[in-house]
Amino acid sequence: MNPPTPSPVQLAAIKTAVFLLCLLPAVLLARGWFANALGANPVEAVQHATGSWALNMLLISLAVTPLRRLTGLHWLIRLRRMLGLFAFAWACAHLLNWIWLDLWFDWRAIGADILDRPYVSVGFAAFVLMLPLAATSTQSAMRRLGGRRWQALHRSAYVVAILGVAHFWWLVKADVLEPLLYALALAALLGARMWQRELERRRQLAAPPPLPGTPPKGRVIRIVPK
Amino acid sequence: MLIRRPADIAPSEITARELFEGRREFIRRAGLGLAAGAALWHGLPAPARAADALPRTVPGPFSIGEPLTKLESAISYNNFYEFGVTKSGPERNAHRMQVRPWTLRVEGLVCKPREFGIEELLKLAPMEERIYRLRCVEAWSMVIPWAGYPLAALLKAVEPLGSAKYVEFVTHYDPAIMNTRQVIEWPYHEGLRLDEALHPLTLLTFGMYGELLPNQNGAPVRIVVPWKYGFKSAKSIVTLRLLEEQPATAWIKQAPQEYGFYANVNPEVSHPRWNQATERRIGEQRRRPTLMFNGYAEQVAQLYQGMDLHKHY
Ligand code: HEM
Repeated sequence: MNPPTPSPVQLAAIKTAVFLLCLLPAVLLARGWFANALGANPVEAVQHATGSWALNMLLISLAVTPLRRLTGLHWLIRLRRMLGLFAFAWACAHLLNWIWLDLWFDWRAIGADILDRPYVSVGFAAFVLMLPLAATSTQSAMRRLGGRRWQALHRSAYVVAILGVAHFWWLVKADVLEPLLYALALAALLGARMWQRELERRRQLAAPPPLPGTPPKGRVIRIVPK
Repeated sequence: MLIRRPADIAPSEITARELFEGRREFIRRAGLGLAAGAALWHGLPAPARAADALPRTVPGPFSIGEPLTKLESAISYNNFYEFGVTKSGPERNAHRMQVRPWTLRVEGLVCKPREFGIEELLKLAPMEERIYRLRCVEAWSMVIPWAGYPLAALLKAVEPLGSAKYVEFVTHYDPAIMNTRQVIEWPYHEGLRLDEALHPLTLLTFGMYGELLPNQNGAPVRIVVPWKYGFKSAKSIVTLRLLEEQPATAWIKQAPQEYGFYANVNPEVSHPRWNQATERRIGEQRRRPTLMFNGYAEQVAQLYQGMDLHKHY
């Protein structure tokens, strides 16, 4: 039995709902800022909230593929670009807060921090790696690059996530519990991906060779070399 | 904002404190009035000044003329990892700590090792109000009116031996009410060189903003060393030990490559995580430059004459 696929109208409704849901933490943060309700050090509160949400959205977007394989809900893939772009938007806010409200465009201090402080260097590297992903997130970019190359490029989202977790790990003073939880979640995502790939490899090995002359059904991702 | 050194400030210029004390007196009176009113209402004798209140304070030396940090910020934005590693955790959790009765043991290389009850400590020397900068290693700062007296007064009472070179502070740790995950080594240990501990700026502190210390700020007794990063100013101390050797401190054990024993505020020596050249004064929009020895160079620079502060950070 195939799980139900939403109609175009339903999908549009789902997308809108997910969009609004993703927007909610930003609305709450903005409200806290303007209501002066972010505590004694609001700039730091924004730095932490934007960083956490950048990483959350990144991991959520990386969870789409394993989840889709697990549940058979293939339409979930239609949400992935939006989730990834939310991660990017949070990272932009994170960087902007740091450059503007924290360091007030003190470019010398900004440059020195990027070069001297490993946790900033790593965060910055993560951000730079996000740029090509955001730039190639459109349908036309995907077409221009071709599916395979696009996929290879976008696999670097995992690298961004690894750098993001390393950044978090490096910046805590003593208690690594929170970055540890992120690291475990990321490891689970990577593990799921590898496991599903292994299953697909075995399936392809076990499958009888296609009859000559019959076109393959659906999209075949070759893992086993010919 | 113009930053003036303490020597530049004539006592008559420090209006902030006088205003603030006037307001505090008003609040105290209003509080007593309310309490008295309530007592009359219930037909009870009006309470005398609570035995537990902060003794009357006199203005002490070294106060600065910069605007005070809002009380609300000073009691809600704290590092006290035993009560949680977030800034807001201590305010939420520190009420669990019982601060009466409380004894402070003074031991080690002293002629007269003994325990002091908190009531006795409160009366050991005249209580002074001192408005100091507080600079955290995380590059934020506050201006706080503390109440206390020089640690030297307590040390004199126990007569350190000639062999004593360092003072170690051990703080309260009770796993029943505190974080049991060993984020850093507990009980928390800090320390000073004896001459630093005897310096007139080093304050044995019991109150702030004209009241007894709130628990999250280190009740009932803590150290305040204004020219060093905040983590040197141990909170809720239970033992003070005089030693010949430099004591191991909690943060040095946690990350020896990041924290030094001296931890003097120094804008020229960066921490691997934080640029120490500037700081965010809580409540202000922009960063301000960090001052050498947190602005107390005139008083303390001679303690470190001939030392390479890049090495002894
Ligand atoms: C553009 C370069 C980046 C810079 C300069 C930067 C800088 C910072 C700073 C200054 C903090 C606060 C550190 C502290 O309070 O001690 C922080 C926290 C954080 N950042 Fe970044 N970051 C960058 C990129 C990123 C990216 C791309 C991600 C995620 C993918 C990220 C995730 C986080 C997280 C999770 C935190 C901790 C939040 C918390 O404490 O709850 N950062 N970052």
